[in-house]
Amino acid sequence: MSRILLSNVRALLPETEEFEPADILLDGGEISEILPHSSPSFAHRTKRPEGDSMELQADIKKDMNNMLAVPGLIDMHTHLRDPGQGHKESIRSGTEAAVRGGFASVVAMPNTSPVIDSPALIESVREKAEREAAARVHQTGAITQKSRGEKLAELGRMREAGAVAVSDDGRPVMDSEVMKLAMEYSRAFDLPIISHCEDINLSGEGVVHEGYYSTLTGLPGMPASAETVMVARDLCLAGETGCQLHIAHVSTARSLDLIRRARKRGVRVSCEVTPHHFSLTDENITSFDTSCKVNPPLRPREDVEALKEGLADGTVDVITTDHAPHTRAEKDVEFDFAPFGISGLETALGLVFTHLVKPGILSGAEAIKKMTSEPAGLLDIEGGQLRAGRPGDVTVIDEEAEWEVRGEKFRSRGKNTPFQGKTLKGKPVLTAVAGNIMWEDEKINELC
Amino acid sequence: MELSQSSILGIRDLTAADIELILDTADSMKEILTRRIKKVPPLRGKLVVNLFFEPSTRTKSSFSLAVKRMSGDGMTITRDSSSLVKGESLVDTAKTLKALGADAVVIRHSAAGAPRLLAEAIDVPVLNAGDGRHEHPTQALLDLLTIRENRGKIEDLDIAITGDIKHSRVARSNLWGMNKLGANMRLIGPPTLIPEEAGRLNADVYHDLEEGISGADVVYLLRIQQERQDKPLFPSLREYRELYGLRQKHLPLLADEAIIMHPGPINRDVEISPELAYSDRALIEKQVSLGVAIRMALLYLLIGGGEIEYEQNIAQ
Repeated sequence: MSRILLSNVRALLPETEEFEPADILLDGGEISEILPHSSPSFAHRTKRPEGDSMELQADIKKDMNNMLAVPGLIDMHTHLRDPGQGHKESIRSGTEAAVRGGFASVVAMPNTSPVIDSPALIESVREKAEREAAARVHQTGAITQKSRGEKLAELGRMREAGAVAVSDDGRPVMDSEVMKLAMEYSRAFDLPIISHCEDINLSGEGVVHEGYYSTLTGLPGMPASAETVMVARDLCLAGETGCQLHIAHVSTARSLDLIRRARKRGVRVSCEVTPHHFSLTDENITSFDTSCKVNPPLRPREDVEALKEGLADGTVDVITTDHAPHTRAEKDVEFDFAPFGISGLETALGLVFTHLVKPGILSGAEAIKKMTSEPAGLLDIEGGQLRAGRPGDVTVIDEEAEWEVRGEKFRSRGKNTPFQGKTLKGKPVLTAVAGNIMWEDEKINELC
Repeated sequence: MELSQSSILGIRDLTAADIELILDTADSMKEILTRRIKKVPPLRGKLVVNLFFEPSTRTKSSFSLAVKRMSGDGMTITRDSSSLVKGESLVDTAKTLKALGADAVVIRHSAAGAPRLLAEAIDVPVLNAGDGRHEHPTQALLDLLTIRENRGKIEDLDIAITGDIKHSRVARSNLWGMNKLGANMRLIGPPTLIPEEAGRLNADVYHDLEEGISGADVVYLLRIQQERQDKPLFPSLREYRELYGLRQKHLPLLADEAIIMHPGPINRDVEISPELAYSDRALIEKQVSLGVAIRMALLYLLIGGGEIEYEQNIAQ
């Protein structure tokens, strides 16, 4: 295994939670040394006549030209479509897309074919990931058998097999009693429950947010309450049971209000927001572009503003992609018939910098925490911090680079992006996983 | 003058000038339909494909007749939209039609936006014959023609639309068109049948029928979709009829010479009482006959060649 020196980065250091000029050495799959330029040993090192010791140790040296180095990003909500839906994505293509997007780890959702609801399936994903994955893959299991919302899946055995959380993502557990049982039972293993909050009676045949633009387009709407009433229910149940609840893809202002209040009462709840929900409004559906069809749907400006507030005030813990790849043939149909979902791994970081960091809603450090240490802490998974001795997962970001989104160039099999042709500012240029460079921008070597 | 659009996907895309041009052209077409030989040649050698993914009697036959009256070749394909989900995609169908040499495609579909998807896939004019809850532009145009013919204008008229506005493409297209031509719009129905954010639609909303129709020049009744009654949006048809059905007793509330319209087919004695439906206030059959003129006008403006010739004179 090569020793890799990333010199002249501005590294996000956990001690100060600030970006500081530093050099990082990766060795043996770990971060072996982080040397801030402000430390006396750095000054001493650079003055030594026989040469730089860190540099001498390294097989691969990359001068990163003052770019940002952050812990390898973690996407807590990814659909790898593996097993069973290889036409949309696979562990290989999905993790290649992940590292292309700066993600060193992904947390895969279990709504595959078959649904991952048993320890054997959790293990089979791990084995396949060991052979094929470009990034770390953490698997979630289903809450209920086949995610039908009826009988509990074997939560304890899946936990032992390595499931980091459970979720029936893609469909809600409609039966409140079943959800309560899952929450009570999961406490035995301190297993987080990730809830897809949607009342399917309220969402009905809806394909977009019910509001002004559903009226204009005639597209069947689903009201904001379809999400909010389920958030309220799950918060009540989490309060009663003491379960660690994580609410997936929060998209409305009212949901965030409920989460804030529940937290004040002491409910163990965390939540996530996706880049498309803070970057786009429901006005986009007037194009009838099926790449804007996503669940929960794009919401009005007031909700988008509330999500940004929630990110800024800390109500929102995590930024996730909800990467949901689909083929072109599946999306190139009538809006009503197209599947829900956006291919998000390769635009997430650019959207975070363009829509949150650049306008000053979050500092770069705050934004990165929501994609690294926060999800790592919630799911108790490795990575998430730049610290010697930790896994060698590092993402280097050029925060000034402007680039145009071209879905056809995605590594993901899902080219379904509503950001096609948009210019974003900020992009990953290098992703190291376990001490190996799994992806780097072709231009990076010109810079070095 | 030319239309600003190469396809007719919805009234929202049209300018007031476009609408006036279509109505004026339809006036000329009306004259053709009164002739002894009701045929002119502007679509000679042109193929118009009717693509119907949803049942339709009036609109489909009206388009077919319009093509025949203008000497075009018509072809009708009817299919159940649900089979499309599994089989051939709309985009593939579009390409097939293009390969067959279609000069225009008329499409009726259960999914909002389907005509637009079709228009983006092929470069021939597409005419929306109704898509989901989105738009039904030819219906709105024939309704506007009916009103203009009867009242001489649209501007400043008080027009009340009643019924299931939330799920109606006819209501949407009419609302956009009537607004563009300067009418004052009212929407009447129980709150469950009124669309979201109706306050932003430049229309006054009423939940009381008598209040809503009071002084109206036009009352436009929508068909109550009985097939939707598995998850009813109001308690019963009986209750709807009593609260929102238009009856003889309401006539004195309307403006003098007010007219009553309905896109058909009527649920007799639900949204309108039979005696009113067949009274001379109701222009329901007139709407149907003007529908042919509107569709002729649109086909003429989009793909027709040259002046409308007067074969009739030659024949005589």
